[in-house]
Amino acid sequence: MVRSSKTRQLAQALKSPKGAFSLVVIGLLLLAATFAPLIAPFDPNRQDLMLAMTPPQLTGPHFLGTDHVGRDMMSRIIYGSRVSLLIAVAVVLFSGVVGVTLGVTSGYYGGRVDSIIQKFLEVVWAFPPLLLAISIVAFLGQGLGILIVALASQRWIPYCRLARAEALTLREREFVSAARSLGASDSRILRTHILPNLIQSALIVATFAMATAIIAESSLSFLGLGVPASTPTWGGMLSDARAYISTSWWMALFPGLCIFCTVLAINLLGDVLRTHLDPRLSRA
Amino acid sequence: MLGYTLRRVAGTIPVLFMVSLLIFALVQFAPGDPVDMLVSDEATEEVRLAIRSAWGLDQPVYVQYLTFLKNAVMGDFGQSFRYREPVMDLILQRLPASLELAIYSTLLAVGIGLPLGVWAASRPNSFIDTIGSIGGFFGISLPNFWLGILLILLFAGTFNLLPSGGRETWGLNVERVTGFLTIDSIIAGRWDALWDALRHLALPVVVLGTNMTGIIMQITRASVLENLQEDYVMTARAKGMSGRVVLWRHAFRNALIAVITIIGLEFGTLISGAIIVETVFAWPGIGYLLLQGISFRDFPLITGLVLVYTTMFVLINLAIDMIYTVVDPRIRLG
Repeated sequence: MVRSSKTRQLAQALKSPKGAFSLVVIGLLLLAATFAPLIAPFDPNRQDLMLAMTPPQLTGPHFLGTDHVGRDMMSRIIYGSRVSLLIAVAVVLFSGVVGVTLGVTSGYYGGRVDSIIQKFLEVVWAFPPLLLAISIVAFLGQGLGILIVALASQRWIPYCRLARAEALTLREREFVSAARSLGASDSRILRTHILPNLIQSALIVATFAMATAIIAESSLSFLGLGVPASTPTWGGMLSDARAYISTSWWMALFPGLCIFCTVLAINLLGDVLRTHLDPRLSRA
Repeated sequence: MLGYTLRRVAGTIPVLFMVSLLIFALVQFAPGDPVDMLVSDEATEEVRLAIRSAWGLDQPVYVQYLTFLKNAVMGDFGQSFRYREPVMDLILQRLPASLELAIYSTLLAVGIGLPLGVWAASRPNSFIDTIGSIGGFFGISLPNFWLGILLILLFAGTFNLLPSGGRETWGLNVERVTGFLTIDSIIAGRWDALWDALRHLALPVVVLGTNMTGIIMQITRASVLENLQEDYVMTARAKGMSGRVVLWRHAFRNALIAVITIIGLEFGTLISGAIIVETVFAWPGIGYLLLQGISFRDFPLITGLVLVYTTMFVLINLAIDMIYTVVDPRIRLG
């Protein structure tokens, strides 16, 4: 009963201007990323120097113009959404699994396991955000796998803190001790009693982590530390745009606008979820 | 208080030690042979061996680490591969530029974010509050490098009002005392140089400060609102205090704790933001140096910079913890 009225409230909230904006933007993005080969008017990597730096054309084939080597901006932006989404989702899932596992272990078992995990957390947290990611890419080299690990290197921490706190309080609750006295194993208790209680809050953490992951990924691509330069990414397109800023404003405007709208939509969605699922949870 | 301070300072040492170990491990896992970065392709095997022993690369890993640690504690991060100068000298030359940028950005963010947050909280759900809340979301969602590029496009390109990058116009030659160009120009009485420095600072400071302004505003609003609902505020009102006194003397002062925490946390974001902003504006600070170090795979330089950045971050957070105890006497020194 309580649950269903909560769900209705959430549905109501998603219809507010905030919620609607974020759902529309995220929906469009998912469509663009999924059907990129069908929607994109051109091959995102096809160069045509004769058409280099064509300004946006309302009626011509290059709606958003072309870049410095004549690649179609629109197609690159559509394909770029794939990289941004793929990396952000991978980073959020990876850091979620690592963080929740470490956090639950830490809180449920306590003792030495807890203090070792917390010490490790403290060391990783001592790095300014993004700096650890930059160092990992700088030393270990560029590639999709390394990039995901680098971006997840600090993002597991909010999950870990949350999961530890929940596990600590749940450990002492009656239904957990009841399960234990009935002979349930630790792994069963964790799976059936502790994890389900975490999901809502972890979802909110994940939404905000997704927003920061997209900004971080495009920042690294902008600095030339993201995926290899041949893959179209929004950050990489902005990096190209810097050299042509005085002549081709469209090269700088559109990819950045995509990053901004995407991140804004995800942040707004996170805010709606937080207000309606867990008003106590502070910004992660 | 002294005992507490000493204990807290001592507590950061193991953390910094582990940080150094982590960075050292990353360098060890790096693909490729560092000797390749030091010699030309045609170098003979003898030359390579000589270089290897000269840089201590033939020692066992733990000896290399202990040497590295011993030197790092003394502030010696070795020679830069590329510049062939001590890393610490390179960092110290560029540190004032980064600090100047970071300090002005923080001042801007606090100066705008704090009053706007209090104002929004004093009129919840009003027009001002809505605008502020939208602005706050924009602030945290804007990628700073994009904002930087757009502002360069507008103010350096279209309107041609401000320089697009760098820190000073070449040839002004102000005598360096503090390394902060704005202060040095005042000391030298060079108003032309001061104006020049401020013009160069304007865009990077706005870009670096925007994100922080949004966050400070949101946190200030939320914590002032929360405090306004407390009983002591009701009591103060019941005693007949004016709204303004209740707002500033009671709610705002108690909300400051949350705001200070955020300013401390945001300093980390400011550091990483500065790496990007310095790159966008070719600002000759340590962030720009880091990116140059990365593109030349200059490992001693990268290592030194990462350690300096992290140490600064840890110390700032320590300082914030100290400030707490002053601002809020309720916090016991445990």
